[in-house]
Amino acid sequence: MERKASELGLNRTGIKTSPVNSKEAIEASMKAVPSSPGDASAIAQVRVEFASEVDGLGSVPPPVGLKGMAKTAVDMLKGGRTTVFIDKLGERAGFERTGVRLYEAVLSKLDVFGTWEGGPSREQLERIRLEELSHFALVTRAIEQLGGDPTALTPAAELASNLSMGVPRTLVDPQVNLLQCLEGLLIVELTDNASWELLVDLARELGHEALADEFQLALDAEEEHLALVRDWLDAGTMLEARVGQEAAGAPA
Amino acid sequence: MGLDLLKEKGVPLDRQKFTWKDLTRRTYSKLDDDAFTRVRVILMNGIESESLRFSHACARMNRDLREPLALIRRVEQHQQTLVNWMNPGNQSPLETTVGFEQVAIEVTASVAIHEPDPYLAQAYRFGMLEDFDHLYRYAALYDRVEGKDPNYLIQSYSDIIPGRPTSIEHRHPLDDVRQPYDRRTADPLSKIHALLITAAEHQTHDYYMNIGPTFTDPVARMLYAEIASIEEQHVTQYESLSDPDESWLEKWLLHEAVEVYCYYSCLHYESNPRIKEVWQRFVDYELGHLHYVRGLFEQVEKRDASEILPAELPEPIRFDSHREFVRRTLSAEVDMSANGTRFVPRAEESDRTRRYREEINSEGSPSEIVAAGYQWKPGTELVEKAARLGVQTEGRIQ
Repeated sequence: MERKASELGLNRTGIKTSPVNSKEAIEASMKAVPSSPGDASAIAQVRVEFASEVDGLGSVPPPVGLKGMAKTAVDMLKGGRTTVFIDKLGERAGFERTGVRLYEAVLSKLDVFGTWEGGPSREQLERIRLEELSHFALVTRAIEQLGGDPTALTPAAELASNLSMGVPRTLVDPQVNLLQCLEGLLIVELTDNASWELLVDLARELGHEALADEFQLALDAEEEHLALVRDWLDAGTMLEARVGQEAAGAPA
Repeated sequence: MGLDLLKEKGVPLDRQKFTWKDLTRRTYSKLDDDAFTRVRVILMNGIESESLRFSHACARMNRDLREPLALIRRVEQHQQTLVNWMNPGNQSPLETTVGFEQVAIEVTASVAIHEPDPYLAQAYRFGMLEDFDHLYRYAALYDRVEGKDPNYLIQSYSDIIPGRPTSIEHRHPLDDVRQPYDRRTADPLSKIHALLITAAEHQTHDYYMNIGPTFTDPVARMLYAEIASIEEQHVTQYESLSDPDESWLEKWLLHEAVEVYCYYSCLHYESNPRIKEVWQRFVDYELGHLHYVRGLFEQVEKRDASEILPAELPEPIRFDSHREFVRRTLSAEVDMSANGTRFVPRAEESDRTRRYREEINSEGSPSEIVAAGYQWKPGTELVEKAARLGVQTEGRIQ
């Protein structure tokens, strides 16, 4: 494992780095008076005001055709619960597709940094990448069956993408090593597991039993991904901690 | 049609007011609004950005104009804020970038079609094909790094295919300076076009220079560095189309006319009622500015503004797909380059340009790397790969 995550070095961000300057800065701050009274709750007032006045992220697109999907399409046109289903399916489609790109990014890190005992192998990462792609195909097909447009960006997809935006951004950063990337994968896989669970429940609730069964199989695969990521992260972190102790001459 | 620039007075300067909330409360929907609403917002930010850029330069070189410039500039500052803050916060910088290139393609195409001067029209077609290629490169980046579909933003109005390859757009600076129009004989529309496309490209350059380094992906950083360099070339090209012998006040008057024209064009096409209201308000504000500057121009230069301004506004910028025009231009002119002020076949490029390009591309080409083998498909290039893979009924790959 090259380039450790937790090297000791000259970190300048703490207040104790500059005892003389920090003393002056603290004194000046203590003497000054805030420019206006109140506290951080003033910010909340603005948030409340804006949230009550502006529109939402956007809408779920209407079904693209009626042929062969009459029941769903009619439900959707009536604004029934299927709209929620299409929204959440759109979310999974986007998430799984981004997941493929995330594992591609992590594979590059494996090339640079190598792995460790109990860490991910190329074969494992490539297999998960393909499974994410397969889940994307599964969801795309489900949306098409329901008369939805799988290329549409639904509000749930937009929301999920924005919530997790830091993960792709971090995984492609050359400064981030393979072990650090796994922290990102953990966030993604935890969310993915919970989201597939919800999707299975929703499919059953809406009477799409066949889809629910297929989604359950995807969930099984995602559970394995999560277990693997946890194990890799665990092994890597413990290894770093042990290597650190040895370097410091600490007793084993 | 029918807006008489010399008669309409608009809203007087002292009645042009803003509050912080007013400046920041409106956004369009990335999901639900038409792509051309984003195009208009981005264009108008560029127009306002140029008005500030010009105003500051002018103030540094004209003692007597400093105060009038400061008065109008403050309003323009707030107009720019209101316009640019209509971009929603859930639109990522890369998504806004895709919007920038759509502006460059569709607005430049509209200008190229309506431009009365053949040389200037050629300059617009030339630049348009280069920006067209940038859209394709950024689309590949969006698809391949984030796993998302660029057509979320483009909405099928523009093709996502290669244009003149970015890697061969790099030219020696002296091959980007063009022949200007003659201020005494040029059609007012030519003057308006040159200024408005310069404004759009200048903001694109500045935007890429600001957001490029915020990316973590090394290919993204290199791609922004590469395309920002072309945008600088484009600013050099487009600004050189304006007659440098126009007086400062003459240029100021033209700036105000461009602003009225652009907001008027936005108003003509806008489908979002809350945003349409902004375009109407700013048509009226800009008429106020134009009227004010016209007074200064006539008082200081003792010339009639009708020498400079068209009596009636020209046909609005066409905010719509120019697919057929772009395809025709692509097929006829993709192999063009420039040598000095002339547009020439690639074989007639200057040695200085060849040497320059060879050197800057000598460690590889980001735009080639990012789009290697890239073919956009609805739902991203992964759709086809997923279809080939097939859906495993077990939910996992065997």
